Amino acid sequence: MSGLDVTTGWYLTLGAMLFLIGGTGLLVRRNPLIMLMCVELMLNGVNLSFIAFADRFGDVHGHTVVLFVLVVAAAEVVVGLGLVVAVLRASPRATADDLSALKG
Amino acid sequence: MAQVEIAFDAPAVDWWVLTPQIILVGAALGLLLAASLAPRALPGWVSTIVTIATGAATAITAAVQWNDWGSAPRSTLKDAFVSDGFSLLLTVLVGAGVVMTALVAHSALDRYEMAPPEFAALLLASAAGAVVMAGANDLIVLFLGLESLSIALYVLIALAGRRASARESAMKYFVLGAFSSAFFLYGIALVYGSTGSTNLSGIGGFLFGSIRETDYLLLAGIALLLVGLGFKVAAVPFHFWAPDVYEGAPSPVTGYLASIAKAAGFAALARVLYVAVAEQSIAWAPILIGLAFATLAVGAVMAICQNDVKRMLAYSSISHAGFVLVGFSAVPATSGLVQWTEGGGDAVSSSVFYLIVYSFMALGSFAVLSVVGAELQSSEPDASAHALSRYGGFARRRPVLALAFTVLLLAQAGVPFTAGFWAKLGVILAAVDARGYVLPAVAMVTAVVSAFAYLRVVLAMYAPEGSSEDEGGTPTARASRQRWGNLPLTSVFAISLAVAVTVVVGVLPQTLLEWSRDAILSIVL
Repeated sequence: MSGLDVTTGWYLTLGAMLFLIGGTGLLVRRNPLIMLMCVELMLNGVNLSFIAFADRFGDVHGHTVVLFVLVVAAAEVVVGLGLVVAVLRASPRATADDLSALKG
Repeated sequence: MAQVEIAFDAPAVDWWVLTPQIILVGAALGLLLAASLAPRALPGWVSTIVTIATGAATAITAAVQWNDWGSAPRSTLKDAFVSDGFSLLLTVLVGAGVVMTALVAHSALDRYEMAPPEFAALLLASAAGAVVMAGANDLIVLFLGLESLSIALYVLIALAGRRASARESAMKYFVLGAFSSAFFLYGIALVYGSTGSTNLSGIGGFLFGSIRETDYLLLAGIALLLVGLGFKVAAVPFHFWAPDVYEGAPSPVTGYLASIAKAAGFAALARVLYVAVAEQSIAWAPILIGLAFATLAVGAVMAICQNDVKRMLAYSSISHAGFVLVGFSAVPATSGLVQWTEGGGDAVSSSVFYLIVYSFMALGSFAVLSVVGAELQSSEPDASAHALSRYGGFARRRPVLALAFTVLLLAQAGVPFTAGFWAKLGVILAAVDARGYVLPAVAMVTAVVSAFAYLRVVLAMYAPEGSSEDEGGTPTARASRQRWGNLPLTSVFAISLAVAVTVVVGVLPQTLLEWSRDAILSIVL
């Protein structure tokens, strides 16, 4: 093997970065669809961490966890997209800043 | 690449242990199927009756199971799910919560233009998630329970999407819920990476069985788990979503959110902290105390600033979460070992007692709000629904309902001879036993502060008629000034149930105290 030895730590770092990018995007971006994508990014960063750990331990458990997470993420997207559509249908071009009637 | 050995042996399933969830999910699916196959729309009362029967059956099953093996808990699915006193007591609570929510919602569904079968199915699905959370002994099962609870709740709020406030509420809940779930999941990943297991008992055993240096991966994982669950129970500083979501959601759903969803979150918190990472309690106990301080203070202070009754109740529910955290943080953490039998069990059982009592008070209060919301709306269609000023003269129009609301509010304030008094007394005593006097003192001060918020509502209701502008004049208001006239009977029944529990437990708290204690002592560690 020449060049860089890609160890578990690399994958964990990449996972953490994906998670952070997703988290920051969720807080910063105002378009509901982009926010939904950011949630997915966070979940996939976690998935990568799970796989990296499972690979290091040689444990099948971590791999199966990812399957569960994928299913949950899919369910979340279905509901999230439905909500986004409901909001945008009521007021096209709405951003997260427009959802601020409730305060006090 | 390490070789991954795949040897699959299907885990043994103890169906009898899983019966409460099967009942809930089965009824939800059955109802959806019947609604889609029926030639015309099912009448609302069918869904309501099925939901009530299902909730009652769940509670009764759990009670029978507790009677069967309360002191000798069972686990199934390779220890991923346990059925101990703790999970069964909470299952009974969830069943009761479903029954009460269905009763309150029955008269409100039309007003919010929500379809009864869908509402009932989502309610039952979310209850199944809550039951799974209460008995999960594996972080992944816990996550699945959390998600089925949350996703069903997003849709439950969005069902009233004809209203802009409900759409906003659902969207906010969804975004912050998904955000917190991601944190929770990342916490699971880090704990898994540090201990090699996602099984709560397995993690606990591993941590107690090994002497290690400070493990930052594990500490980060615990912190992320705390953030994720902190969002779910609306502990300060993770509470921003709660007032908006509670205000915008339909009142029956708000009651469910404030009681059952919160109780499930606390159940998960208890299992994670005391079963899995108890060994690290030196690290997390200070965080928990900090959360308790902040939650108590912010909840109480913000509650007295509100001019909207529903929003005031939302902040008061945050302050109640602070009291539950006081009990949680009163577990002695001296040796790094949770001294379960010496005081620790008492502290957590006082929290469980608080949760149960508070759930009934919250369900009852939001049931009253649902009835009032319907009346205010019908007499005056513009919907800034629950402004405090509109409650003026309410005691005149609806003396019995106002009395019930007064009892529920006073109980939340912790007045003696109500259940709320024993609940607050329990957690404060536990905190005094555990450590010093600062946290209990703060808890008592905030109890007084939030009592002011409740008394404001009571005073507004009993204020003389002249002080309120929309009183007496309109013919609809005069027509509805009768003791029982056109009150929805199902809601009245739910409210009387809540008041009955509050008063009976207030006079005779012993039974429920013993139940909470048994529940905690039989928890699978």
